[in-house]
Amino acid sequence: MTTITMTVNGKERSGKAEGRTLLVDFLRTEMGLTGTHVGCDTSQCGCCVVHVNGESVKACATFVSGMDGAEVTTIEGMANDDGSLGVMQASFKEHHGLQCGFCTPGMIMSATDLLANNPSPSEDEIRTWLKGNICRCTGYHNIVKSVQAAAATMAGAREAAE
Amino acid sequence: MYAFDYQKPSDVDSAVAALKSEGAQPLSGGQTLIPTLKMRLNMPEVLVDLSGIESMKGISRDGDTIHVGAATTHGAIAKSADIQSAIPGLAHQASRIGDPAVRNRGTIGGAIANNDPAACYPSACMALNATIVTNTRELSAANFFLGMYTTALEEDEIVTAVKFPVPSGSSYQKFDQPASRFPLVGVFVAKTAEGVRVAVTGAGSDGVFRHEGLEQALSGSFSADAVGGVTVSSDGLMKDLHGTPEYRANLIKVLTKRAVQEIG
Ligand SMILES: Cc1cc2nc3c(=O)[nH]c(=O)nc-3n(C[C@H](O)[C@H](O)[C@H](O)COP(=O)(O)OP(=O)(O)OC[C@H]3O[C@@H](n4cnc5c(N)ncnc54)[C@H](O)[C@@H]3O)c2cc1C
Ligand code: FES
Ligand code: FES
Repeated sequence: MTTITMTVNGKERSGKAEGRTLLVDFLRTEMGLTGTHVGCDTSQCGCCVVHVNGESVKACATFVSGMDGAEVTTIEGMANDDGSLGVMQASFKEHHGLQCGFCTPGMIMSATDLLANNPSPSEDEIRTWLKGNICRCTGYHNIVKSVQAAAATMAGAREAAE
Repeated sequence: MYAFDYQKPSDVDSAVAALKSEGAQPLSGGQTLIPTLKMRLNMPEVLVDLSGIESMKGISRDGDTIHVGAATTHGAIAKSADIQSAIPGLAHQASRIGDPAVRNRGTIGGAIANNDPAACYPSACMALNATIVTNTRELSAANFFLGMYTTALEEDEIVTAVKFPVPSGSSYQKFDQPASRFPLVGVFVAKTAEGVRVAVTGAGSDGVFRHEGLEQALSGSFSADAVGGVTVSSDGLMKDLHGTPEYRANLIKVLTKRAVQEIG
């Protein structure tokens, strides 16, 4: 067992890990952050997507060993400072981008990474980017609408700030 | 997952030394290896993580050669301005691997060392006549890829870089297998100083291969019509749930035409 220290959702946190400990298990059991889900455990579904140093990764296919000093953001880090829902979360709620909600943490993390790379994606670009996130419930239409609406809200906020 | 030792060396020599211990295996992005460890298809005693070796990362251009460190991710290759301008087919190929999260971790070194019969990069390496650099030697792509999941790598030998000669034109066309997000068939076409080279992945029962008939036809006339006149045999092509050998043979022609049209 070694001690791993990382910045998780802006706070420095430490926990114990073995060589074989996966990032997703570390987050869920050591950090108590159970918002990151395990859907398949075979790298197919994207439920476990988190951001490591600003990039989306599958936490079920990443060892936590060697991640000392990394910056990790999970779904728990997506809310505003006052605890209200962040733009992407609010948009999924408003546009019915979820039903059971199991895939939603991964969807929100992937969609947030998309808008960081491409602030105004086309429908096709959204669907292509989210290929690695599987949803059993929604049929994806409302997920796409949610992401489009979040992109518009963010663009509006940027314009207002200018 | 069963227990193993984990090491993260910061240079190639220490990595190779660590790999000499009994049951040691390299780990790069883990996008192929971690799932196989979970299924216990592979049970190394020591995992040597190569992702901390800075000299194995990054992309640079030296005259007519693009040098890509083995620990460079698919995402970094897709976004590289040098690769986008010099070898657009390679940048596009990297941008279509799996999904964004896979591309942020998976590396070119891990992908070619694994040599999955449906992996994308072996086609680029063969079509561009790339040189595979290891800690001990340099090998041409043709001498490196030796069949399904088989390469010329010895025990304790690691890929450290890939060198791609810059072609005058390149295109990669992938026909997705939507469930796995790997190619069902992928074709890489390159216009090089030695003529046109066409490499096919996802189709051969022995892994990646070059198609002589298509190369000859395209070296004579670089046009979709020239592709139409070539017979692509289904002999030696893979047969599985997703496609017959005949279907794959047809896809090879269709994708080659699209690549030729894209290069123009
Ligand atoms: C959902 C999904 C979709 C995918 N889609 C595609 C696709 O469309 N096209 C495609 O080509 N691939 C695809 N892949 C595979 C992906 O590209 C992997 O990243 C790649 O095959 C392995 O690279 P890695 O860095 O993750 O290697 P690892 O998983 O770490 O290692 C793979 C193997 O190579 C060995 N190894 C690693 N690095 C080295 C080295 N430097 N020298 C010697 N041996 C080494 C390891 O011991 C292991 O046996 C997909 C994977 C997933 C999970
Ligand atoms: S749980 Fe990680 S991809 Fe499904
Ligand atoms: S909302 Fe149920 S899996 Fe997506």
